[in-house]
Amino acid sequence: MKSNRAANFGNWILERMPLSNLWNDHMAHYYAPKNFNFWYFFGSLALLVLVNQFLTGILLTMNYKPDAKLAFDSVEYIMREVHWGWLVRYMHSTGASAFFVVVYLHMFRGMMYGSFKHPRELIWIFGMLLFVALMAEAFMGYLLPWGQMSYWGAQVIISLFSAIPVIGEDLSLWVRGDYVVSDATLNRFFAFHVIAIPLALVMLVLLHIMALHEVGSNNPDGVNIKKLKDENHIPLDGIPFHPYYTVKDIVGVAVFLFFFATVIFYMPEMGGYFLEHANFIPADPLKTPEHIAPLWYFTPFYAILRAVPDKFAGVIGMGGAIVVLFLLPWLDRSPIRSIRYRGGLYKKALLLFVISFLALGYLGTQPATPLATTFARLFTVIYFGFFLLMPLYTRWEKSKPLPTRVTHTPTLEERIPVFIATFKEMTVSQPITTKNGTTLLSRRPDLTGIINVTIRLAKKLKDSLD
Amino acid sequence: MINEGVDRHKRRFLTSALTVVGAVGSGYLAVPFLSQMAPSTKAMAASAPVTVDISKMEAGQMLRVEWRGKPVWVLNRTQAVLDTLKTLDSQLSDPFSNESEQPTSSKNPTRSIRPDIFVAVGLCTHLGCSPTFRPEIAPHDLGEKWQGGFFCPCHGSWFDLAGRVYQGVPAPTNLEIPPYRYVTDNQIIIGDDEAEAMEVKA
Repeated sequence: MKSNRAANFGNWILERMPLSNLWNDHMAHYYAPKNFNFWYFFGSLALLVLVNQFLTGILLTMNYKPDAKLAFDSVEYIMREVHWGWLVRYMHSTGASAFFVVVYLHMFRGMMYGSFKHPRELIWIFGMLLFVALMAEAFMGYLLPWGQMSYWGAQVIISLFSAIPVIGEDLSLWVRGDYVVSDATLNRFFAFHVIAIPLALVMLVLLHIMALHEVGSNNPDGVNIKKLKDENHIPLDGIPFHPYYTVKDIVGVAVFLFFFATVIFYMPEMGGYFLEHANFIPADPLKTPEHIAPLWYFTPFYAILRAVPDKFAGVIGMGGAIVVLFLLPWLDRSPIRSIRYRGGLYKKALLLFVISFLALGYLGTQPATPLATTFARLFTVIYFGFFLLMPLYTRWEKSKPLPTRVTHTPTLEERIPVFIATFKEMTVSQPITTKNGTTLLSRRPDLTGIINVTIRLAKKLKDSLD
Repeated sequence: MINEGVDRHKRRFLTSALTVVGAVGSGYLAVPFLSQMAPSTKAMAASAPVTVDISKMEAGQMLRVEWRGKPVWVLNRTQAVLDTLKTLDSQLSDPFSNESEQPTSSKNPTRSIRPDIFVAVGLCTHLGCSPTFRPEIAPHDLGEKWQGGFFCPCHGSWFDLAGRVYQGVPAPTNLEIPPYRYVTDNQIIIGDDEAEAMEVKA
């Protein structure tokens, strides 16, 4: 009788809400390509980190005080006196950095496998809007502890608006709500950080996923799985998202949480990269710290700002570095999506882009010496060259033939014999006599074998770059 | 049906009229919403003047005071510094302060009312960091060309001890000089309306 009553209640709900449709459309009957690799973890991981930021953020607002006189002390109060406050705060601060790690890898996945291309341009646009909202969220959140870096970081970034001709000064005054970064600024940033931008983030995540599920997921081969369907109109290379990918993502979550927990418990400041040293000093409007740098996730863009010797042009360069990312679907003229079948030109260009992005990220953390500035200019040119020359070099590239179905990725079990064979090639076994007289076979490194394997690997790398 | 016997012209007119009225109404509502974020009357009123006593200042000493929440520097310059200032013009991007912000009383080679006492807002005109006071000549980290001045740690802008910006650095103009006046020989009042009013007359 009891189970009957529960079923009745379930039916009562289902007759009034399209819950089963929602579940089927997006989980049980959403067919995703069967060849997803580990790069496809980062989307669901970003969602996990978003949930983490929401939960810990709500807890933090219960003890935090958005007031210039009280803010710094209230954060120390959370760290020292609130039960488990340190854990919640470190989960939130580490979560912010983890968010950018995951999102940058997610974006790189899209650039590798051409996930931004037709028909997924809108998914990329929503994703880029999410990225911009995330940057605003992180920037405003960083003011809240009201430390020296919070204060002067906000001062510099808000001053960027003042570089805009004519309206700049009034605009930055309007954003600050005062002549300098002050209590008014702190209070409004708190409002944006806990209400306005999180709402925008949630809505953009929904739009991002709705647009994705309308056209279907891309895959590492970049082939359209909807072309070949079985008699039930199910893609031959598709598998239901639930349970296949929900279960697979749990593995990704476990690996992610291993790293996440390591940072939280053993290195929450990450050597000054996740929480900067100068931010342990309360904000002092009269004195700028000796060396100011933004948090690591903004440093590539910050390095571009500093590389340009003119104030307004620097701001344009920094904004432009983000705007060109929005244009990616229209800059890339190659009909091939995945890097697996694209010509060497794009592979080399993408490699150069990754190197320049990482180098700019490093340079942004360092003081602006003349040598560093020269390098920053070089890498800024490469960064923009990657995007602005793309319409040319993607047209010239020679792509490889595209398979009709997704390819089979070797499993770990299939790879083990190859590993063993390579190991045997690189070593030579020799009988040795131990002290107590028995003879053993011992493996030693073999120089010719190692050279052969290295040459083979180098040739393979060269082939894949051509 | 609903489209039978309908005056489409009238319907289109009513739709657009309503849209226009709605847009105007939203525009009016946007004014209080957006103005809410501008500095409040209290923040505007808080720009009260600050009085600084310079009687106990030694040669080469610098005081930092807070005015409108900004750092304001008061520096007592030696004769040697004033002599150096005259030799720097060729290295500066605005040596005569034509593009920079200062009261007319300070638009002169030393950028001050009294040559020895220099008053300036201690915020870089690039992105608003507070430059560090580096009066020493040719220190190790800044190189041989350094003749004493203010160095911005954020983006490496150079200013001389009259707050004038060097060429080839990100800051576009010289440091801002606030309106100020001498009440007595040893007392400065910074940000006084009267100082600004006197300036207009002059």
